[in-house]
Amino acid sequence: MAVNNNAKKISVVPFGPQHPVLPEPIHLDLVLKDEKVVYALPSIGFVHRGLEKLVEKRDYEQFVLIAERTCGICSFGHGMGYVEAIEKIMNLDIPPRAKFLRTMWAELARMHNHLMWLGLQADAFGFESLFMECWRLREKVLDMLELTTGGRVIFSVNKVGGLRKDVTPEMLEQILHTIDDLEKECRVVTDTFLGDPDVLSRMKGVGVLTPGRAEELGCCGPFLRASGVKRDCRMLGYEAYGELKFEPIVSYDGDCYARCVVRIEELYQSMDLVRQCIAKMPGGDIDVKVKGNPNGEYMVRIEQPRGEALYYVKANGTRFLTRYRNRTPTYANIPGLIETIKGAELADVAMMILTIDPCISCTER
Amino acid sequence: MSEQEKNTKEGEEKEPLMDIKEIEKETLLDEVTRISFDNWRLIQICATKVGEEQYEILYTFGKGYQWKNLRIHLKKGEAVSSITSVYEIAYLYENEIHDLYGIHIDMLNYDFGGKLFRTGVQYPFA
Amino acid sequence: MAFLPYVGMALKNLFSKPATESFPAGEREYTDRYRGHIENDIEKCILCGNCQRNCPSGAIKVSKADFTWEIHPFSCVQCSKCVEVCPVKCLSMVNSFTGIPSRSPARRRQRS
Repeated sequence: MAVNNNAKKISVVPFGPQHPVLPEPIHLDLVLKDEKVVYALPSIGFVHRGLEKLVEKRDYEQFVLIAERTCGICSFGHGMGYVEAIEKIMNLDIPPRAKFLRTMWAELARMHNHLMWLGLQADAFGFESLFMECWRLREKVLDMLELTTGGRVIFSVNKVGGLRKDVTPEMLEQILHTIDDLEKECRVVTDTFLGDPDVLSRMKGVGVLTPGRAEELGCCGPFLRASGVKRDCRMLGYEAYGELKFEPIVSYDGDCYARCVVRIEELYQSMDLVRQCIAKMPGGDIDVKVKGNPNGEYMVRIEQPRGEALYYVKANGTRFLTRYRNRTPTYANIPGLIETIKGAELADVAMMILTIDPCISCTER
Repeated sequence: MSEQEKNTKEGEEKEPLMDIKEIEKETLLDEVTRISFDNWRLIQICATKVGEEQYEILYTFGKGYQWKNLRIHLKKGEAVSSITSVYEIAYLYENEIHDLYGIHIDMLNYDFGGKLFRTGVQYPFA
Repeated sequence: MAFLPYVGMALKNLFSKPATESFPAGEREYTDRYRGHIENDIEKCILCGNCQRNCPSGAIKVSKADFTWEIHPFSCVQCSKCVEVCPVKCLSMVNSFTGIPSRSPARRRQRS
């Protein structure tokens, strides 16, 4: 009798691919026992475009445009990682002004990503006016990007050998003013996230991941740093990060609240890094001449807003590459996601999927 | 500029930029078990097509901020054993290699049976 | 109490003007560098075909026999490569709206 009762209580609920809280389609089959999740089975592949096969059709200089268009939000990081790999293979030394400008744009991209994530998280637990407020602040960052590069999410400023556009001193002044105004308005929003009792009751103690388990599952980015592991790929010193002063931000609780705290602190840290970049910006050229074709292979690791991303490029001396492989942070965080969902209530699953900051177009390229 | 041209001419004599160890596919599980005993974590697995019916698979491991790689060579139709007995998270990468390249991988812990990536053509990158 | 800061922001939003523009009734102000669409000064164009060869998405078609230059605006990814490689600098990136798909057929320019 007890065995029969147990078998009747298990049900399988399909989550996604269409769901109001998901920005992109992912499918999970949730095995439930009485409203608590016992196991989750992922299924991806709704947005697979086969971008990696296009290396056969576009030469290595035009491929930057394809690499950038893998994802709309992490787009600058993809372009920058690919171009860095090719420059290392061809042994090009890019000028310091190009390195500082790339760092500045990468930090602005991190700011708009974290503001977008804060808005989506507020929407996931029903606080719609906070969601609208975060996205209104994000528009100010997008205006700064449109002013300097000409595009809001796809910038098209990276090329092999440096950058295609330069920035005038008036634009840098305007960026500094906008960041000062933005910081004051962001304080109100983030105080609500950290202090409001409704928000706390939904996020504290939910979805805990211990540091040992997070390391075993290969997680990366703010998801890992919220469990207490201090690892940030920006400390490797690529581009101009070696000359800026900052420390990785870590929190020790491992629950959804800790991940929120890490991203909020990173938002303010990015504002500070942009100010440091503009203060130290050197003059000079922004590109070097490129001759010949790449020959060899290399792998670059950079810190995207969502975590650690890898770019592996293999070239054979002709204009077309042999292989381009992009391992994105969400791909590495999916096993971690399945681990945190176990034991949660069905109503919290949507919010926990959002705490890994899923970018499914990057995952499936 | 001249140093760059020199480097592209002497492609073979340049120092390798990555730390890659070439091994035979029979010794794969031994090497991987030895690496995991030393507390390295798995970062990624990548397959490349290097010629008609010739493939390579590259495994990347990391500890702190350091990293190292292993590489095996395969011909079309050969099977390789899975490393999910040592690193349980390798199932995502190995299912993707099977779905896109058609390389057969034995003894996976979670075998999606070719259904992880929904493609219009079977084995599109092969 | 921690929700008091948000109450202040909420009241301010209640009494200020909306953050969105009511397009198309209101004006959308573009910055100078905004990448909108490509325009060609056809009298200067020498129909060399450099832009057609370098376009990554194949949006430009040049016909020397008929003296025409044609672009499909929705195939264009606004990368500005054609502007960079044009030898006589007759192409330019204009910062206004690309167009609505049903009402923007290929833009053709014919030389006299």
